[in-house]
Amino acid sequence: MKVTLKIWRQKNSSDKGQFVKYPVDNVDAEMSILECLDVLNESLILRGEIPVAFEHDCREGICGSCGFVINGIPHGPERATTACQLTMRHFKDGEEITLEPWRAKAFPPVKDLVVNRRALDHIIEAGGYISVATGQAPEANGIPVGKVIADQSMDAAACIGCGACVAACPNAAAALFTGAKITHLGVLPQGEPERDRRALAMVAQMNVEGFGNCGNIGECSAACPKEISLDVIARMNQDYLCGSIKRRDDLPTPISPDLAEA
Amino acid sequence: MKLDAKIPSGPIEEAWSKACFDMKLVNPANKRKHSIIVVGSGLAGGSAAASLGELGYNVKCFCFQDTPRRAHSIAAQGGINAAKNYPNDGESVFRLFYDTVKGGDFRAREANVYRLAQNSTKIIDQCVAQGVPFAREYGGSLANRSFGGAQVSRTFYARGQTGQQLLLGAYQALERQIRAGTVKMIAKTEMLDLIVIDGQARGIVTRHLVTGKYSIHIADAVILATGGYGNVFYLSTNAKGSNASAIWRAHKRGALFANPCFTQIHPTCIPVSGDYQSKLTLMSESLRNDGRIWVPKKKGDARPPNQIPEDERDYYLERRYPSFGNLVPRDVASRNAKTLCDEGYGVGKSGLGVYLDFSESINRLGEKVIRERYGNLFDMYQRITDEDPYKVPMRIFPAVHYVMGGLWVDYELQSTIPGLFVLGEANFSDHGANRLGASALMQGLSDGYFIIPNTIGNYLATHKFAKVEDSHPAVQQAVTEVKSRIDTLLSIKGKRTVDSFHRELGKILWDYCGMARTAEGLTLAIQKIRTLREEYWKNVTVPGSGDDLNESLEKAGRVADFFELAELMCIDALHRNESCGGHFREEYQTPDGEAQRDDEHFSYVAAWGYTGPGAAPELTKEPLEFHYVHPSQRSYK
Repeated sequence: MKVTLKIWRQKNSSDKGQFVKYPVDNVDAEMSILECLDVLNESLILRGEIPVAFEHDCREGICGSCGFVINGIPHGPERATTACQLTMRHFKDGEEITLEPWRAKAFPPVKDLVVNRRALDHIIEAGGYISVATGQAPEANGIPVGKVIADQSMDAAACIGCGACVAACPNAAAALFTGAKITHLGVLPQGEPERDRRALAMVAQMNVEGFGNCGNIGECSAACPKEISLDVIARMNQDYLCGSIKRRDDLPTPISPDLAEA
Repeated sequence: MKLDAKIPSGPIEEAWSKACFDMKLVNPANKRKHSIIVVGSGLAGGSAAASLGELGYNVKCFCFQDTPRRAHSIAAQGGINAAKNYPNDGESVFRLFYDTVKGGDFRAREANVYRLAQNSTKIIDQCVAQGVPFAREYGGSLANRSFGGAQVSRTFYARGQTGQQLLLGAYQALERQIRAGTVKMIAKTEMLDLIVIDGQARGIVTRHLVTGKYSIHIADAVILATGGYGNVFYLSTNAKGSNASAIWRAHKRGALFANPCFTQIHPTCIPVSGDYQSKLTLMSESLRNDGRIWVPKKKGDARPPNQIPEDERDYYLERRYPSFGNLVPRDVASRNAKTLCDEGYGVGKSGLGVYLDFSESINRLGEKVIRERYGNLFDMYQRITDEDPYKVPMRIFPAVHYVMGGLWVDYELQSTIPGLFVLGEANFSDHGANRLGASALMQGLSDGYFIIPNTIGNYLATHKFAKVEDSHPAVQQAVTEVKSRIDTLLSIKGKRTVDSFHRELGKILWDYCGMARTAEGLTLAIQKIRTLREEYWKNVTVPGSGDDLNESLEKAGRVADFFELAELMCIDALHRNESCGGHFREEYQTPDGEAQRDDEHFSYVAAWGYTGPGAAPELTKEPLEFHYVHPSQRSYK
């Protein structure tokens, strides 16, 4: 099959950027859209042009590197599928496919389809962990965790940190991402001691990073390649509210979001 | 050169605690004065950086991805072994040790493997405490399953995403230390050379992948945890960015490279569908617990699988290996699939595939149970192939997955360059000539959480560290070399892309240094690699400049290193005149086609030293001694 890729090209963060159309022949239905970009890039290189920059690594839907907006939808039209696993059979012969980067204030553009997602790391850094140093752990079966709780935790822990939820949200909120980590750790008995503090610290960091507020629209969950449920946002709000009522005064201050890249 | 593995004397059960006691300690107040570089942020690097930060060392951690959470450990599916014996089925530290030494076909170091088995239980404790959501029973206790090559259920898992969950545990511990200020995380940065001063590893030269800026980082010790080099084959289950450059540069600075030819070809991957293919996707080995592998009994049988009657199917693993059946180790399963496909029994368009069939399990256990166990894997298979594995058997074929070879390290995980430590898949490690399923995660975390925090202290406490200025000649020389290499790659402006060379190199290795090897083929491969490498340096084209994000340039440097490594792999495979584990030399096999070891001549680790461009590498042998597991012909019948 043949397709036309209409791709957002932007040299660097200070460039204005624009769409450029590229026809691609010899597209195989079994190819992923990233492999289709590979084919395009090989031909661009041989023509002496600059290939399209996009992030990718594992190409099996788990590392969270890849992702761009495909025909208006983060990761494209297939549910529960990252761009790297989106095969070309989902497009029509001759179709024009629009590819553009995640667009959010908290994700500054880097080049073409690549944006800087370090803001997500900062949210984890603020409290997305259980404070247990190596060697401090008790015997693993010492604290029973019911299967239902373990499954609930795992459902939330499946987040791959790709940022599609932010790109899908009209407010560019990171509530699904943040709620997923708060839920993953907060439902487990191991995560209970820091539950209030975690929610307060992570939400505070999320706010200073420039993400918008959650408007309960649900686009995030619909776009999530791991189908993280909106429930995690409810839990985040619950933990945040409970934590606020208890008024902790030992909270860490959020770090400045514009920490220079090393 | 004489290799001292520093294996503690005395009973193996006490070796590690004795070694820990004998090691010198760094005073808590002095720890922050020592700086440590960790390259790589996967299970080994991430856990090491976090643990060393917790101890109070001054740590810098590097990764080439945009965040440490993307390291390829994240893609491990099946599980992690531990000698907990929760199922009460005869498991013990000794059994895990025994199985791992035997599984590695007696080419691993006994003392290391025993320590790995000992640490395995602590890893599970640590990960559970971090909030890793392992699978649980209804009563709240941890669930276990059996996994390729094991007759006990010792594998812990988090659905089909065990690697992801373990990595997130280490990543979260790392992020905690980043916030605490003990670890400085430097992402989107690639190590391009090792700085060695007065014989000690003292730093690295890096390039920032977005700005193109070169930097010098000086420290008291350097830890490489950069993963494996399976991508030398171009097509593998590794992430696209996985590469050998860090360990290869260290090798060229003096670190010996051990058993480079020991490669693991994983039996259950989705078959190749076309020339554009950029990588191969693994289907977890855990599927072999409930899936039965078969091919039609008739060559070239083109009927759809559900129209092939039961008595016309050959469940060849169950037939040939009645006691292990579909759970034989990876090397055995892969080789059998290859042999049958070579003979014309393969299935699918290309004929390079065998069936992995769940119909019997679905009938016995119900679709719900199978969905619960493997749902995400089945979904992934369907996304890629457009076939529903609940109705049609999966088609699978072996693919390069893991390398047992890597930089040589002693019992303290120190390479032959003092102050350079190597962890995880990047070292030649504990897996001998074949790694058992669910052992890689165990080794990465054992190295990072429990071994390096002890052994690096011993090094730091017993060495002196003069201040190194950026102007030091050795530093400046490393920087100059790095820059000139990149400038050369950019200036060739030839007619072929980096990927086209990489594909061709990978094909040579797959054909001649893959699942079956011969002296003749390997000799030819070395010639072909040299010729192609010459062409590479004359005819490669790298677009753009070195001043911004330029993936072609990153790849160009990595592929240049792959060329040199590929040749060493072939040299190693050619010199090892025996078959063992994943290294199968067709000349050396038992009458029924199994690997035939030659313990008299090859019971050693082959550690290769770099002697200069184009010069033959120098072989040093570390003899292997087996006091606890007596070498025997592996039998899974």
